[in-house]
Amino acid sequence: MIAIGLRQAVAILTKDLWIEGTSWVRWVGLVSFGILVLLLFSFAVGPNSAMLQKHAAGYLWLATLFASANLFTQSFLLETEGGAIEQLQMAPVYPAALFYGKAMANTLQLLLVMVVMVPPLIALCDVWFVEGFGLFIGTLVLGALGLSAPGAMYAAMTARLSNQQLLLPLLLFPLIVPALLAAVKATSLIFFGDPMGQISSWLTLLGAFDLIYWILCGIVFGRIVES
Amino acid sequence: MSVVKASNLSRRFGRRWAYARVDLHLEAGEKVLLIGANGSGKTTLLRTFSTLLSPSLGTLELFGQRVDSGQNLDAVRRRIGMLSHQTGLYEDLSIVDNLKVFAKLFGKPTDMGSLTSHIEAVGLDGRSEPIRTYSAGMRKRASVALLRLKDPDLILLDEPFSALDPTGIDEIAALLNELPATQILVSHQVERAAQLCDRCVLLESGLIRWQGSANKAWDAWRKAQQDAS
Repeated sequence: MIAIGLRQAVAILTKDLWIEGTSWVRWVGLVSFGILVLLLFSFAVGPNSAMLQKHAAGYLWLATLFASANLFTQSFLLETEGGAIEQLQMAPVYPAALFYGKAMANTLQLLLVMVVMVPPLIALCDVWFVEGFGLFIGTLVLGALGLSAPGAMYAAMTARLSNQQLLLPLLLFPLIVPALLAAVKATSLIFFGDPMGQISSWLTLLGAFDLIYWILCGIVFGRIVES
Repeated sequence: MSVVKASNLSRRFGRRWAYARVDLHLEAGEKVLLIGANGSGKTTLLRTFSTLLSPSLGTLELFGQRVDSGQNLDAVRRRIGMLSHQTGLYEDLSIVDNLKVFAKLFGKPTDMGSLTSHIEAVGLDGRSEPIRTYSAGMRKRASVALLRLKDPDLILLDEPFSALDPTGIDEIAALLNELPATQILVSHQVERAAQLCDRCVLLESGLIRWQGSANKAWDAWRKAQQDAS
């Protein structure tokens, strides 16, 4: 059963990446949206470089969060648009396999969006990875995992609702506040140095929330899809 | 062998009964046409047979196993194929890529020869254009290719002829007729659909009003229309 579930999850993951990989318009739109949000933050703050630098981590994660809502909506639209979701249910694909496949695909896509947003962030806010680039990427991975699991769950929950675009962020954003907070704090410490050695605490907290999200959402997802 | 055995099957949404007290029995290889006016409960009943919707009352046995309690679902679903007004496919992928994805999920062979045989059998070629660029007829053919790939024992067809011209209807009917599985077909194209079926069931306001030979379906349908008006 586990082997079948794993095979199904990998099939869903590769299928999602395959479909998204063929749609350059969607990708350009998503990345442009993220960069645009970064630009708008910098315009809103004005030519105060110290202020921009101080809140750079927050801008990065908020831009990612806003872009992620579009990504998650789109991700489940793939399943409902042609009615493929019913074929998946009748295959039958295990709900957990569908969830983990989609959540992993979301994570990888979100990571790519964030990586593309980093050079404009550096240019706009004049920040650098004082604590190392590897730690920064690790934080991005943990943060993306924290957004993707609840995102996949709520995208499924709101997929057939007419006002999905509104409901998804309304449900998602409050839930991921703890993960977002930990990701922003850890990123900020990476940008400005960590003399008190706090990064590991924030990353542990972020990892713990990731674990909770991935387990709980995986359990709830089955009921959502069936109903 | 009994494929579908519904006893006193009923389903309600809030206070409204979508269908009620449905008794239906299908043997292997039988083809049954389900007719009725819009809102008579045909699609809801079909979705119950697919196990995607559970009944509110009554018992449902598929392939000799009770499924109304939510048990045995995986094994039963593996043996059911569905075709509805949607393709059931990924709109951004080509037919070959779609079948490749579903072959992995159905646990079927993914080799090109096997996939191409299903595509050619429905009169399509292995073109690389995504499904969303297909005409209505081609989309239905692609759905039939998916059915062939799954090779189910029970096929549930919800309006398989919708959006098709008379030639398209004949072509899809011929393709469906080739499939050996037990079939339950919901269609408003009563005359044409009846030619594919052995038996017909007329639903009216969620209740079975008539059932009999498929060649009497058109008369029963017309009488029901006259009574309603």
